[in-house]
Amino acid sequence: MNKLAIKAENISKQYRLGEVGTGTLSHDLNRFWHKIRSKEDPYLKIGESNDRTSKGGSDYVWSLRDINFQVEQGDAVGIIGRNGAGKSTLLKLLSKVTKPTTGNFKINGRIASLLEVGTGFNPEMTGRENIYLNGAILGMRRQEITRKFDEIVEFSGVERYIDTPVKRYSSGMYVRLAFAVAAHLESEILIVDEVLAVGDAEFQKKCLGKMGDVSRGEGRTVLFVSHNMGAIQNLCNKGIVLANGEISHIGDVESSIHDYIKKNTTAVNLLELKERKGSGVIKIAEINVFGSTRETKPQTGLPCNIEVVIANLGNVNFSDVEFDVCVDDQFGQNILWMSNTLLGNSVNFVGNVLLFKMDRLLLNDGIYYITIYTTVKKDLADWVQNAVSFEVIEGDFYGSGKKVPSLLSKVVVDYNVEYS
Amino acid sequence: MIKEQQWTEEIKSQEPLFSINLKEVWHYRDLLIMLVKKDYVTFYKQTILGPIWFFVQPILTTLMYVVLFGQIAKLSTDGTPQIVFYLLGITIWNYFSESLTKTATVFKDNAAVMGKVYFPRLIMPLSIIVSGLMKFAIQFGLFIAAVLYYTFVEESIHPNIWVLAAPFLLLLMAAFSLGLGMIFSSLTTKYKDLIFLLTFGIQLFMYATPVVYSVSSIPEKYQWIINANPLTGIFECFRYGFLGSGNFEPSSLLFSTGVTVVMLVVGVVIFNKVEKSFMDTV
Repeated sequence: MNKLAIKAENISKQYRLGEVGTGTLSHDLNRFWHKIRSKEDPYLKIGESNDRTSKGGSDYVWSLRDINFQVEQGDAVGIIGRNGAGKSTLLKLLSKVTKPTTGNFKINGRIASLLEVGTGFNPEMTGRENIYLNGAILGMRRQEITRKFDEIVEFSGVERYIDTPVKRYSSGMYVRLAFAVAAHLESEILIVDEVLAVGDAEFQKKCLGKMGDVSRGEGRTVLFVSHNMGAIQNLCNKGIVLANGEISHIGDVESSIHDYIKKNTTAVNLLELKERKGSGVIKIAEINVFGSTRETKPQTGLPCNIEVVIANLGNVNFSDVEFDVCVDDQFGQNILWMSNTLLGNSVNFVGNVLLFKMDRLLLNDGIYYITIYTTVKKDLADWVQNAVSFEVIEGDFYGSGKKVPSLLSKVVVDYNVEYS
Repeated sequence: MIKEQQWTEEIKSQEPLFSINLKEVWHYRDLLIMLVKKDYVTFYKQTILGPIWFFVQPILTTLMYVVLFGQIAKLSTDGTPQIVFYLLGITIWNYFSESLTKTATVFKDNAAVMGKVYFPRLIMPLSIIVSGLMKFAIQFGLFIAAVLYYTFVEESIHPNIWVLAAPFLLLLMAAFSLGLGMIFSSLTTKYKDLIFLLTFGIQLFMYATPVVYSVSSIPEKYQWIINANPLTGIFECFRYGFLGSGNFEPSSLLFSTGVTVVMLVVGVVIFNKVEKSFMDTV
């Protein structure tokens, strides 16, 4: 077993919601009163798990609760979860920006954290001065920066502007310079929050490449938060999935992404799902995806069925409805689009169920999710994004026992090769 | 095997009161230098007069005081020329009050940076104190020029050996404003009321300090109030050394030193405790 780089023990973080006002003082005094009598903080007992969508009864929430995990040296760990799941809080605690309410971290090695690029950049100062200032804030010594100065400037690609105040920079140049400084920090552990959302595609690729070098080539430990599953999969070998402040899964990166997508897309009852748009005269009640029988999973090259059950809440005439089914891959890329009106035959319901039947499924193995869009007389009735997910299992599409690697293609097509 | 592993660092939810990592502060000394440089450079960027602005404020204020307190109110300056008397008071008071007010809001003013990256927080107030020294040095130069003029041309003042105490006095001032400022800074993160209290409190405090008057001009029965002010000893010692006036007693300087040390220790301890979680309340 490798040596550990980070060990988190019972980490919790409590936040107070709402505004800081007169109530704060009374709570503080009450807390102080308990403390001098060596009693437990009364506000630590209350607090609810952090579900941002539902209104809670308490002013205190647990942004993180009883988190335990270990990171081995040289691991690249992707931290995934929905907004508000506690990802950034976890990184903040590790970066020592704020302290945990309970629990502790044990760390082996110097931590460099990149929660934001360009922290402490001063707009009045030149690029050169800011490299020194920003480097110093990140904990670099002056000689260290001087030694790497040329490398930093070259990586950033803003050599021409290096003696111009950064307030004259374009926002892209600003980010380039900032990331360049951080990327050249010598540390055993690198913590990166979603900072790559800025900058152009070329630079994003460069950053991801640099981070890949850091974790694979230099054997450093990387903790990376992103909503870009593609980046996570490329960069990380381990994954931690957070949900409402608790760890819902730890494991290798594929199983973590799988777990995250599964948990976030399968609502037990679609009718209760709040994140939807439309008038609601009809609503999607159920979506089932299955293979040749209801019990089998869809498999590449074999029949596949997508069944949509509708709740007719507004008693509309079904002959005027349009159903669009969109299938996305786990990175949110649109792969397929189907519509009942596309085929030209008349809409003819007997009950309230539509079945999209495919004789041969052309999707490669992987996780997919379905977005459904319905209109009644061209007015949006119900639009549920990523309503359900389903897994396509590997199939022998070409009958040759060989398959298309799922990383290379999401779809498989019928083709022939002729030799002449 | 895992159990025996050595850890280089631990982040705990509870830490003892006196866990101050001075070694870490020392490691970040380059940051201190960069922050001071930043303060200095950004002050005069895109100005035409540049550092000359540092002179304008004390000169105009001195002229104002000469008219107001010297000519109209006719406050005693112990026989020293009013210009040097007020110039000294203003220069050192400015250093104190600016250091204090800036240190008191250090968390609030730097929340954007501190919320994103860790460095020993103590660096921030230290950089305020040090960059204040730069401005002080420039203004004090102006004062020295005035002292030289009145000593050798007018021959109306007589500096003595106590001028050598100036570096120590300055250190006391810096430590006092740092300590007091850090106590306030820790409280202002949550309760912004104290910022208002401080801004007018400091104006009132100036009148309880011998800035525009000398201690000897205060009636006997009120002198204990002035003497209870730890800044009094510092101001009087400055004046005695450079202007050769006033009734300075070394015991009052001892009192100032004692209060300053207590202030600094309390300030650092409180600051150290608050810095770890202030981001949640600022």
